[in-house]
Amino acid sequence: MDDRLVTAGLHEPGLAVHVEDLTVSYHSKPVLWDIDFDIPPGVMAAIVGPNGAGKSTLIKSILDLVRPTAGHVTIHGLPYRDQRRKVGYVPQRSSVDWDFPTTALDVVTMGLYGQLGWLRRPGRKDKDRARAALARVGMEDYADRQISQLSGGQQQRVFIARALVQEADVYFLDEPMAGVDATTERTIVKILHGLRDAGKTVIVVHHDLQTVRTYFDWLVMLNVRVIAQGPVAETYTAENLRRAYGGQIALLDSAATLTPVD
Amino acid sequence: MLDILSDFTLQNVMIGATLLGIISGVLGTFAVLRKQSLLGDTLSHAALPGICIGFLVAGTRSLPFILTGALLAGAAAALVVVFLTRTTRLKTDASLGIALSVFFALGIVLLTMIQNQGNAAQGGLDSFLFGQAAAILRSDLYVMGAITLTAVALVTGLWKEFKLISFDPSYARTLGLPVLALEVLLTTMIALAVVVGLQMVGVILMAAMIIAPAVAARQWTNKLGVMAALSALFGVVSGLVGSVISASATGLSTGPLIVLAASVIVVTSLVFAPETGLLPTALRVRRDKFSLKSRLVLGTIYRLAAEHGDPAYPAEQAMIDAFHRTDTSAVLSRLEQRGLVRSTAHHPEPTPHWVLTPKGLEQAQTPLDQSGETQ
Repeated sequence: MDDRLVTAGLHEPGLAVHVEDLTVSYHSKPVLWDIDFDIPPGVMAAIVGPNGAGKSTLIKSILDLVRPTAGHVTIHGLPYRDQRRKVGYVPQRSSVDWDFPTTALDVVTMGLYGQLGWLRRPGRKDKDRARAALARVGMEDYADRQISQLSGGQQQRVFIARALVQEADVYFLDEPMAGVDATTERTIVKILHGLRDAGKTVIVVHHDLQTVRTYFDWLVMLNVRVIAQGPVAETYTAENLRRAYGGQIALLDSAATLTPVD
Repeated sequence: MLDILSDFTLQNVMIGATLLGIISGVLGTFAVLRKQSLLGDTLSHAALPGICIGFLVAGTRSLPFILTGALLAGAAAALVVVFLTRTTRLKTDASLGIALSVFFALGIVLLTMIQNQGNAAQGGLDSFLFGQAAAILRSDLYVMGAITLTAVALVTGLWKEFKLISFDPSYARTLGLPVLALEVLLTTMIALAVVVGLQMVGVILMAAMIIAPAVAARQWTNKLGVMAALSALFGVVSGLVGSVISASATGLSTGPLIVLAASVIVVTSLVFAPETGLLPTALRVRRDKFSLKSRLVLGTIYRLAAEHGDPAYPAEQAMIDAFHRTDTSAVLSRLEQRGLVRSTAHHPEPTPHWVLTPKGLEQAQTPLDQSGETQ
């Protein structure tokens, strides 16, 4: 890996995430088409767009979970597969079966499996790191709780703790605020702001347009193509929303004007 | 009984049943948790054409050829399933169903073809349908033992990897785990477990040995490690019980008895397991209903007492009944047993009256969410 750093040459090393020409098709129908976007390091970015815009697919194709038909991605200047260790992922909560026989602490410990290597079992030190990550999301009292007995918001926080324990530089979160109560949402936002303030890059698929301005400082608007991208203050405009969301104009106009400008 | 146990054939059968129980119990745990119960079914039914082709190639009932054929046919079926789900819009369950029926139909056609050849060497090939445990040789046990040992060693060594790909395969990929290779390995091991079980329980009932012990084990525990161990134990117990019953009563075939024993364990677990069992759940619901009723009745006596400004106010039972529009005597005697109320006489009325005890008064004043209704 060190050799490659020297020989390969970095591509756009100044950017946390660089995506160029990315195209993904399902059954020959484009889900994402000609996606170009850049996210600078140290921002908290939202990816917004209507249903079916390809928000989750975008994250999954960046993380190599969905194979793109064209395009390339770099994380801090190198292809994703060389930067796995620097990337944390929080999938949608509904993507797993929470009846799986395991505890909150065990799920968080899974975040360390990549670093542990083959045949090694997580030891006391690893469990302590997982416990510390649980404490960061306010879940230390639930360490030994069965994951099926946790509320939706608690399950989401366990997932975030699992990504935190990876100590990554770039975090991708898929709808972390979906279906959680207001208290949990505040906790999650606080954790994510903390990560950003520590110089990490946080990229969130977000569904609630009302909170874009208060939570985020960078925005990518998506509808199969990139509609707009940049700092929230310049990008979150009625015109861009209209272009991204099309038919839902009336509703969005009011949303855009109701939200006060900071 | 001791006579039976010292019987050489039965010893073989019991060792075979133990090995089968271990491998199918452990691998079944992962198959069930990955919602791939049907995969075991498909792999075992798909073994039949492989058994027949193995026989045709060898020209005789040679076990190594037959087992290799079974394994290759299982692998072919698994590939068909992967191909169908990747290239068509069929979901996994539909693809598994198609592979199962096509391979099994092919197997039956080959089987009848071989039988109609009138080849004397084919004798008993149809025993692979339901197994023929008594035909197991010592040498077969070495093969079964080696396969079981390999499977247990792999699951132990790759424990955390198998756990993660069973819980969250996408996340496992982002950590850099070779998820596809691990899934292929698990599937191959299930196919090997099927091969181990072919002689014991046959292709048709083998799936039950993958599914039943794991499903039963899941009812008793919330820990993956305990589940795998318990599942292996249930598999072994069913195997041993089935073989012993089959040996004591003549004419009953071992394989189906083993599967029946496993089914008894499943039903028992579904009914009696403390957390998820039907019976404990029903009892809990009843107890909760009763405790809700007793709180209501206790509250009524308390409010009557409060309204009369007398903590020891004797409430007439008919009044309580009238308020709740039902006969409350069962609830009241339960409250009396727990020392919360006491029956009393109130002259000149001859009817039963109830008065709160100090403990009852205290409980009636405690808000519901602090009272810890579990006692």
